[in-house]
Amino acid sequence: MWLYIGKRLLQGIVTVWFIATATFFAMHNVPGDPLLTDRAMSPEIRANLEARYGLDQPLMTQYFIFLGNLAQGDLGISFTHENRSVNDIIRERFPVSATLGILAIVIAGTGGVLWGALTAIYRNRLPDYIIMFLVILGISVPSFVVAALSQLAMVNINDVIGRQVLPVAGWGSIRHMLIPALVLGLSTMAYLTRLMRSSMLEIISSDYVRTAKSKGVPPARIFTKHQLRNAILPVVTVLGPSIAAITTGGFVVELVFAIPGLGRFFVEAVQQLDYTVIMGTTVFYGAFLVFMVIIVDILYGFIDPRVRLQ
Amino acid sequence: MTEEADTITGSSEGFVQSAARQLSLYAFYALAAIVVLLVLLSFAMSYTTSASGIGQAIDAENNQITIAIRQEPPQMDHTRTTDVQSFTVLAHVMEGLLTYDDNNELAPGMAERWELRDDGATFWIRDDAYWSDGEPVTAHDFVFSWRKTLEPANGSQYAFILYPITNAEAVNTGELPPEYLGVNVVTDKVLAVEFEQPTPYFDKLAAFATYYPLREDFYHSTNGRYGADADQMLYNGPYVLTDWIHSASMRWEKNPRYWDSGNKALIDVINVGYITEDVNAKLNMFKDGQIADTHLVAPMLKNAMEQRWPIDRFMDGTVFFLQLNFREGHMTANTNFRKALQLAQDPVEFVYKALKEPSYLPGESLFPVWIRGVDGLFRQEYPPVTHRINVAQAREHLEMAKQELGLDEFPPLILLADDSPVGDITSEYYQEIFQKNLGLEVRIDKQIFKQRLQKMESGEFDIVIAGWGPDYDDALTFGDLFATWNLNNRGRYSNAEFDRNVRIGQTSLDQQERMDAFGEIQRMVYEDVVILPIYERGWSFVVDPGLKNFKRRSIGPETDYRFAYLEAAD
Amino acid sequence: MTFAPADFTRLNQKQDVELITRPSLSYWQDSWLRLKANRRALVSLYIIAAILFFTLAGPWLWPVNPAAQDLDQISQPPGAERTAIVVPPYQPWDGTALVQEAGSRDTEGQEAERPETGFRLAAPATTQGVRLSWEPLPGATGHRVYRNLFPVGEELAFGVPVAEYFTNDALFFEDRLDVQPGTYYYSLVGLDERGNLLEVFETIAVDVRRVITVEEALEKGLVAQAAALEPGDEVELALHPLGTDYIGRDMLARLMAGARVSLFIGIGAPVLFVLFGVIFGSISGFVGGRVDAFMMRFADFVVALPFLLFMILFKIAFGIGPGESGVMPMLVALVVLMWPATARLVRGQILQIREQGYIGASQLLGARTNYLILRHMIPNTMGVILVTITFSIPNAIFIEAFLSFIGMGVAPPTPSWGSMSNEGIRNMLTTPHELIFPAIMISLTVLAFNLLGDGLRDALDARMRNTE
Repeated sequence: MWLYIGKRLLQGIVTVWFIATATFFAMHNVPGDPLLTDRAMSPEIRANLEARYGLDQPLMTQYFIFLGNLAQGDLGISFTHENRSVNDIIRERFPVSATLGILAIVIAGTGGVLWGALTAIYRNRLPDYIIMFLVILGISVPSFVVAALSQLAMVNINDVIGRQVLPVAGWGSIRHMLIPALVLGLSTMAYLTRLMRSSMLEIISSDYVRTAKSKGVPPARIFTKHQLRNAILPVVTVLGPSIAAITTGGFVVELVFAIPGLGRFFVEAVQQLDYTVIMGTTVFYGAFLVFMVIIVDILYGFIDPRVRLQ
Repeated sequence: MTEEADTITGSSEGFVQSAARQLSLYAFYALAAIVVLLVLLSFAMSYTTSASGIGQAIDAENNQITIAIRQEPPQMDHTRTTDVQSFTVLAHVMEGLLTYDDNNELAPGMAERWELRDDGATFWIRDDAYWSDGEPVTAHDFVFSWRKTLEPANGSQYAFILYPITNAEAVNTGELPPEYLGVNVVTDKVLAVEFEQPTPYFDKLAAFATYYPLREDFYHSTNGRYGADADQMLYNGPYVLTDWIHSASMRWEKNPRYWDSGNKALIDVINVGYITEDVNAKLNMFKDGQIADTHLVAPMLKNAMEQRWPIDRFMDGTVFFLQLNFREGHMTANTNFRKALQLAQDPVEFVYKALKEPSYLPGESLFPVWIRGVDGLFRQEYPPVTHRINVAQAREHLEMAKQELGLDEFPPLILLADDSPVGDITSEYYQEIFQKNLGLEVRIDKQIFKQRLQKMESGEFDIVIAGWGPDYDDALTFGDLFATWNLNNRGRYSNAEFDRNVRIGQTSLDQQERMDAFGEIQRMVYEDVVILPIYERGWSFVVDPGLKNFKRRSIGPETDYRFAYLEAAD
Repeated sequence: MTFAPADFTRLNQKQDVELITRPSLSYWQDSWLRLKANRRALVSLYIIAAILFFTLAGPWLWPVNPAAQDLDQISQPPGAERTAIVVPPYQPWDGTALVQEAGSRDTEGQEAERPETGFRLAAPATTQGVRLSWEPLPGATGHRVYRNLFPVGEELAFGVPVAEYFTNDALFFEDRLDVQPGTYYYSLVGLDERGNLLEVFETIAVDVRRVITVEEALEKGLVAQAAALEPGDEVELALHPLGTDYIGRDMLARLMAGARVSLFIGIGAPVLFVLFGVIFGSISGFVGGRVDAFMMRFADFVVALPFLLFMILFKIAFGIGPGESGVMPMLVALVVLMWPATARLVRGQILQIREQGYIGASQLLGARTNYLILRHMIPNTMGVILVTITFSIPNAIFIEAFLSFIGMGVAPPTPSWGSMSNEGIRNMLTTPHELIFPAIMISLTVLAFNLLGDGLRDALDARMRNTE
């Protein structure tokens, strides 16, 4: 058990090194110059700036300096936001993205399980059709369209009611979070609903449910103990990959709703070719996802007795 | 298999009902759990990042407003800052020797009076000029600030704006130590500046952000983090930055130690509640009463008219143009070819039909309309050449160019463009117009900001969509752009006659002579086809009716709340 | 009872008793039958066929150049009015020569509204321009002209400022800014010396008619001969069944051109990366041992890269040269980042199949490796591979759309559904059709491929059968 965890962690660290290396060399192959601004500068000023960021060193030296700093957890100083370290920026921005992500996952997870179970119970009846239609819509409409439309809808609702029911953009309170989290969780929720539905249907026709019924176990108990509980397992498995999907979706939602999260910042940094921020964010996200997967795997071993960790 | 399942489990109504009841119970639990989670998250969030922008656009009772800015200032060390957004924030919390009043006229700032001579200038700093920590603002603070800017290790990109001062350039390149800079502290409150050469526009420069003061002891106490946070700065402007949550919000509070704080009916608190570039989001927030002003782009205007908002406009001072590449080996180096391009297009059609922005003016000249001339406006005293589209003539020039260049067929033209929405429309329009009118194949090279800059620098383009915004309120800020030595002359246009006129504009003390030189420059830019002007940028915007005397300007801060006040609540 | 041998006759053997059998079906035939039985999958198949037809045959049926800009019809919704009156060529106006018979072609109602002095229309208002002139307002040293689509009303909502004069030198203005047929309300507001608004104003209503010059009509191919046109004639402007975009390009033609890009990436990328994954996975699964371990570890690394961040990074690292559409870099980036999932899947399948009894039997009977691969391995993994491709298509289409949305997609003027939606979102408030059409195309395609994928999965692979 501990051996397994140790091994996975070691693998995780090697993976992060790989991500860091790939990012570093991809980044330094990008054409363009992070130091340029609208106003041209003289060679002397340029040399001063290069020295400031260590860009005057050979590439391999820069790479080892980068790795060395990374090992100490130092991601460097931002190019555009001078005087601010990438660590600080991530520390400020990531909680925002994470809050939104957690909320979206929770909404998507519970929503998916509940709707999925509901459609399975009412199979081939009206509630099933309505929900499955919405699910298909949720899967097929691009997230930025949903985000833009929901923002527009909120503006009109506020307009009609004559006071602010929910703010349409920004960040800071529960009211700011609701709509973005819903939009962000929507496609994952749709996906989980489908998964839950088919998993439920499989279990409804399984032997042990039939046995339980014939034994005369109360329906509510069968539903909870046998059906729901077993049907949830496959849903839990895909939660790991869903985290990645939610991170992706977060970019759009943060852009549309003006939320100061890490995703939006990354897009801005790319536009500005802010080397350190791009590298730092990528490595951070990579490491985050790697360790999330490890954690989900380990947790899964606890939840499902059939899975042995080795 | 599935059909079979149904018959065995027999989805009886009883089972369905009890399952549904059970499920709704769980749904209730789940909802309750989510609500608890929400509360916990917002609680946790108040520790990590504090709340942004909760408040009304206009709060007349507490004399507060909430606004949004477009981008987070990268940092607010004025010795190194380069972007409009930082300049805007700095203009509210700092003040230079001079400043602009609410009629865009130069006005006393830290200096209560000044004297401008051929060889230098003297500034008398007012006695009641204080830093936000109570220390007086002295001549030393200016000297330290300017030396810091020029220090090679500081890597300041706006250092060039100090070059009129004696030895500034040499200090910046490291040839001379900072002590040789031509500024002297006469007394604590009197500052003397020596000029490298006559600089008739130095008073306007003195209002620029790079010329703001900086106190040495405070700067050193920040350990190189000056300007990175609200508490890592010292203020001498009408406002003090009391809170700066990066990328989320700012709070400007009235500075009680500001020399003019008693005279003005300043707004007590300005909340910068949102930092977003998304104009749609900003419009929605304005509609929602969350911010006091926002600008409008063409697609929003119908909606704005429906809302019956009072729409206003201003010119932001920037001129956009197609810059042609004069480097060897480019077709655009050929005069007839450039003439052909010039005659084949008409910015009027582009601005009025394709862009449809009511506040944009079709480009006519390198100099924008608001530039001042001898007495009135420059463009009225020196009207630019009237441009007419003439496709037949354009084709003649193209034919001549073909013969001069010895080409059978023109290779594709490369049009370098930025990745903004307006950049897309511009490049797509000009691609089509050159194709249609001249039969030229134009290839659009759309690049992100830094990659485009690099290509401009290295000359990998035939035509580039470029813009130029003013640094100070004088025709020279545009006039010297295409001088041979100017590094921003990215097309590498070079003409001795042109350069001679720029020198006159830089050094002559005779305003008439200077303006004549600029008039000549304006004519040469057209006749030599250095650029094809596209438009002068302006903005349509709306302001909450409760906010009065809010200014937007072409020079300095883009949005100016320094003179704004709230109409008393009824 | 005795029997004579005659009693025992040979029974007539009926050859066709009851033969319980059905025609032998190959795996693919069987799958096809099952797919046909699935109504949803069948409908989605039709939709996909229709989309492919739209993409491939569309440009022949609707041969409009998707790059041609019709500047007279910008951001027009479908079914907009397009009758125009022929007028002489446009002449610049210097404000002095006021056309006396200005009102002659205007509606009577307007004639009454227009005063002889003050703020007035100087010539008939057309889409070429609205010519206004005025006398200075009392106390004003400058003027600002506003334009509104709605009456000014008591709130004094003047609308959009279209011109500003800080002196009284020029007392005329020609509005040429995107003048559309319809009614405009122009207001003239006085300014003081500092450019501040005064309270004096005048307002007029102006009806604008759509006009076109003979040259323009000829150039756009609206009429055959110049002689056929006289000023005052009516012509119909070019037809745009789905309206036009922000620079007057035909939406239908652009949707077709965009479909090529979106589907090229949407289908091309999955096919390529699945192919690569299959090769990688089967080599890994087949060779086994240390090579397998090494190859799979590499795949793990690639999986661990944060997908979207790297997608953006690769996109800018490859760079898009002048005139390039940016489709290829995106395709390459997708292939580089997305193959490992298929590789893992195929490797697993190969490992599983290798252990099956029939493989052993086949080997015992002397089958060679080639035969094993061709006869057993490929057909048995084919189902899984097809399903993977089908499910990857909607994913790839989304990624393309998403990248285009954040401005990292294809370069202009190349259209794609994603970049069209991105452009459409900017104009969502006024001209929603620019967003709705590409969004519908994306949704429809994604939906069809998802449903087809479900159907294929059910039909091709009994083990992966869905219980829907």
